[in-house]
Amino acid sequence: MSRIVVVAAHPQLEHSRATRALMHAAGALPGVDVRDLYALYPDYFIDAAAERAALADAQLVVWLHPIHWYGMTPLLKLWVDEVFSFGWAYGPGGHALRGKDLWLAVSTGGPEHSYRTDSYNRYFFDAFLPPYDQTATLAGMRFVPPLVLHGAHRASDEQIAAHAATFAARLASYPDWPELAELAACEQPEVPAGARPPSEDA
Amino acid sequence: MLAVPLARLLGLGSIIGYLGAGIAIGPWGLKLVQEPEQVLHVAEFGVVLMLFLVGLELEPRRLWAMRRPIFVWGSVQLLGSALVIAPAAMAFGVPWPVALVAALGLAMSSTAIGLTVMSERNLMNTTAGQSVLSVMLLQDIAAIPILALVPLLAAGAAHAGGGDGWLGAAKAVGVVLAIVFGGRLLLRPALRWIARSDTPEIFTAASLFLVVVVASLMQAVGMSMALGAFLAGVLLAESEYRRELETDLEPFKGLMLGLFFIAVGMSVDFAVVLAQPGLVLAIVAGFLVAKAAALAAMARLMPVPLAERPVFLILLAQGGEFGFVVFQAAAGAGVIDARVSSMLVAAVAMSMLLTPLLLVLADRWWIPRLARGARPAMKELDEPQSAPVIVAGFGRYGQIVARMLFANGLSATILDHDAEQIEAVRRFGLVAHYGDATRLDLLRTAGAERARVIVVAIDDIEQSLELVDLVREHFPRLAIVARARNVQHWYALRERGVELIERETFDAALLSARSVLELMGWERHHARTLAMRFRQHNLELLEQMAPHFKDQAKLIALAKAGRQQLEELWAQERAAAKSGTPRAAWHAPAAGEPAAGDESKP
Repeated sequence: MSRIVVVAAHPQLEHSRATRALMHAAGALPGVDVRDLYALYPDYFIDAAAERAALADAQLVVWLHPIHWYGMTPLLKLWVDEVFSFGWAYGPGGHALRGKDLWLAVSTGGPEHSYRTDSYNRYFFDAFLPPYDQTATLAGMRFVPPLVLHGAHRASDEQIAAHAATFAARLASYPDWPELAELAACEQPEVPAGARPPSEDA
Repeated sequence: MLAVPLARLLGLGSIIGYLGAGIAIGPWGLKLVQEPEQVLHVAEFGVVLMLFLVGLELEPRRLWAMRRPIFVWGSVQLLGSALVIAPAAMAFGVPWPVALVAALGLAMSSTAIGLTVMSERNLMNTTAGQSVLSVMLLQDIAAIPILALVPLLAAGAAHAGGGDGWLGAAKAVGVVLAIVFGGRLLLRPALRWIARSDTPEIFTAASLFLVVVVASLMQAVGMSMALGAFLAGVLLAESEYRRELETDLEPFKGLMLGLFFIAVGMSVDFAVVLAQPGLVLAIVAGFLVAKAAALAAMARLMPVPLAERPVFLILLAQGGEFGFVVFQAAAGAGVIDARVSSMLVAAVAMSMLLTPLLLVLADRWWIPRLARGARPAMKELDEPQSAPVIVAGFGRYGQIVARMLFANGLSATILDHDAEQIEAVRRFGLVAHYGDATRLDLLRTAGAERARVIVVAIDDIEQSLELVDLVREHFPRLAIVARARNVQHWYALRERGVELIERETFDAALLSARSVLELMGWERHHARTLAMRFRQHNLELLEQMAPHFKDQAKLIALAKAGRQQLEELWAQERAAAKSGTPRAAWHAPAAGEPAAGDESKP
């Protein structure tokens, strides 16, 4: 299994430029496993065991997706729900992801200046990061500062290509990243056994 | 009870079985029953019930629409046959009253056999079926005038035969009208009242009683009981009780009809036959041929489709049980003597015996020949095609695949080997080429060298495997997408290295299963998740079993083990869910559900 796992989740890859370019760039590198969720699970029936196995040896987990409604795309959310289970990713005995790094590689439609209090997105982009950050933390992962491409719809082909090249270069140079040197290790919070209700359904 | 399965086994139809049984146990066989007439009377009720059920199936509107076939063609058949038989008989020196009686009696056809055969073969809705029914209905109606006529023919009709005729006819019409109007007004409320009692047995008894009453009324005025029952059935055809009446009375009908045929078998007076075998056989052959000739002409004029004509001819050419009634009445009135009556009865019974045999012969030789001749020859594909996709087989499966491709702008070359199918879909605007996809030259013409995908949607398993072998050998770059009819077919395809196989009913059945779960209270999405898990488990089991597919015992063992494993696992999960403890999951639990440490491995 690979040291770097890129979990890509674009619901309409046929219309994608940025995500697709980054997927291709990453796939060309040795030691990088690119998992196209919508191609692996077009029927939304995730093989969680296989996903957990794929993450076993990963040191860096990358989430590659377009920002839809200020968050992740649906299948990625389903993936997190089903793969990061209680007792595996968190909670008693849930140490599988401890010590790994989570890196967000996302693109937005709106340009950078739209993510300002006086603009239509009303918040700076980092306002939308806490859920990701906390997800990583609860799983014991360091949340690495994200790579964001704003205004992906309007970006020219050259800009996209340049962005993809940057992405590939960073993957290749991992873990020798300046920001990682300063990033503290993640203290995985304790989640007690009773924190999750027993299964209610029949 | 022995005869019917035996007859069915020999492919002869249940009627022959009953007739054979009748002969066997009657006065000429084992002599178990000495007075067949009694049995015949009781068993006639079977014919009555059958006609009631036939009427039930028919809507009054359709009956009215059929009035032309009934009166026109029915009369043509009856009079036409009589007009052929009577002069022939007279030519042999038979006195004209006898000839007339014989002709009219022999012109009748057996309602019992005719309708039974037609419902067995599902012919009721065909032209032939409707024609046969119309003719038989007319025969039933014509019974009145014929029976009225008989006494008139008696030389020296001293008793009030003449007067009785007209009065009788008036009474008959009166009763029919009474049944029709009374029925419309009284029947349904009566049934509603009975149905309210909520006891199914009472409803059954009441319906039988109803049929008996109507039949008796008709008999009281000298009319055919069967016709009365038919009218009653038609009156009830549009009522809400139709289904119930059908299901309640069907078993009785079967029983009584069986009895009827046994009685017919019993009443064949072999003494008469043995005394003058030649004459009797000549009569049988004679009237069958005469009627068949008249019917053949009718069939051409109506017209009856070619493939249906044999059955039409055979069913109507035979003599009918109503002939028995005519002959007995005539003998009673002194028009014909007892000896002649017995001979005619024997002739009719023998023709009824022959009918099922003739039908079997028709099935084996005549009808297939007609079917072959009727189909126009279709031209095979000869123009080279170059579409990127080839679809072999254009039935239900191939059509869906092709439509999806066309909707997405892909062109496909479609092949099918059924000329009728190609004709049928051409009417819907879909173009398919005629040809045998298992022939290499045809595949080449269809563009297999350059195409990228071939869809093997043929329903014949052997042919589909042949095609796959051909493709793998001669067109290795052609990707194969295959339809599997069943699991064995799936294995055979898998063995040949085909990856993209779908079992034709599997996913549809799973969807149905989901519906049932939903109806039984499962949450919809939960049902879907369970179906997906079942599907995955099933596919894994299939892959596991594939190497052993020729070993039946191993297959069974693996299948059982797999099934048990899934059932146990899911039972555990349900129990854990009920008791509230988080459970270990083989696969991921559904979103939102907790899972204990996932040590278990698939």
